[in-house]
Amino acid sequence: MSRAYELSAQEDTNRRVLRARDEMDRRYAEPLDVPTLAAIAHLSPSQFGRVFKDVYGETPHRYLQRRRVERAMTLLRQTDRPVTDVAWDVGFASLGTFSRTFSTIVGCSPSEFRARHAPVAVPSCFIAAWTRPRTSGTVVSEKRARPRAD
Amino acid sequence: MTTDNHITSLHIRSVPVLDQDEALDFYTSHLGFEVRDDIDLGFMRWLTVGVPGQDTSLLLELVGGPQHDEATSAQVRDLVTKGALGGVFLLSSDVHATYAALRDAGVEITSKPVEQPYGTDFGIRDPFGNHVRINQPAGA
Repeated sequence: MSRAYELSAQEDTNRRVLRARDEMDRRYAEPLDVPTLAAIAHLSPSQFGRVFKDVYGETPHRYLQRRRVERAMTLLRQTDRPVTDVAWDVGFASLGTFSRTFSTIVGCSPSEFRARHAPVAVPSCFIAAWTRPRTSGTVVSEKRARPRAD
Repeated sequence: MTTDNHITSLHIRSVPVLDQDEALDFYTSHLGFEVRDDIDLGFMRWLTVGVPGQDTSLLLELVGGPQHDEATSAQVRDLVTKGALGGVFLLSSDVHATYAALRDAGVEITSKPVEQPYGTDFGIRDPFGNHVRINQPAGA
């Protein structure tokens, strides 16, 4: 889409990388790969991880992990789906990886989290934004879900 | 109905935009807003739009006015294009029809319609990165 106004090089980069981040938000449960996301941002696969981190302060892989865990937190809070199903629903390929990742990022197990939190009724985008785990904390390797976007 | 401070309504809310013509086209052509004011004040273009039949307006405010220095304006533009600033929340009487129309028009979709406890909603971005969320309340 052509633009009638000027963006600086950084603003244009921001806008393109935002589109890739939005794609991760939409397709968080799918095995996204770097070439797909890089193409959305009009970057080479080798550039993508570095540029994403420059813009958002974390790797694409870490962002996707937080997005998945945030969605898992919502499903645990809002539904009675089994933890195993929640893990699959948000894109993890194994319960073990999900539980380790969740516990490392959130600080408790998925079951403990569910027991402590009741459903809430505010727009989902606010829940997503405000319950997403922060970037601090240990990054857990996730070998089978293949969100190798770093 | 007023508050203790005699406030009666939410009147205008500013949305930071990077080009007012582009913003005007997006909010009127795609979202169906009407133009409330489009006035060249000399020092600024006062451009407000709103949903027909509803009083609250959005001020499509160009980033870069003299109230901020260049560095601050650059920071705001940076945040807008990162999608880091606040958003606009709209209601629809038929969220699926709204979604289909915006999708077919090529508007950036951030999420497809999803049933939530409060209704069914989806998200889009305006041309600059601002988030717009559109909801059909449950039972509406």
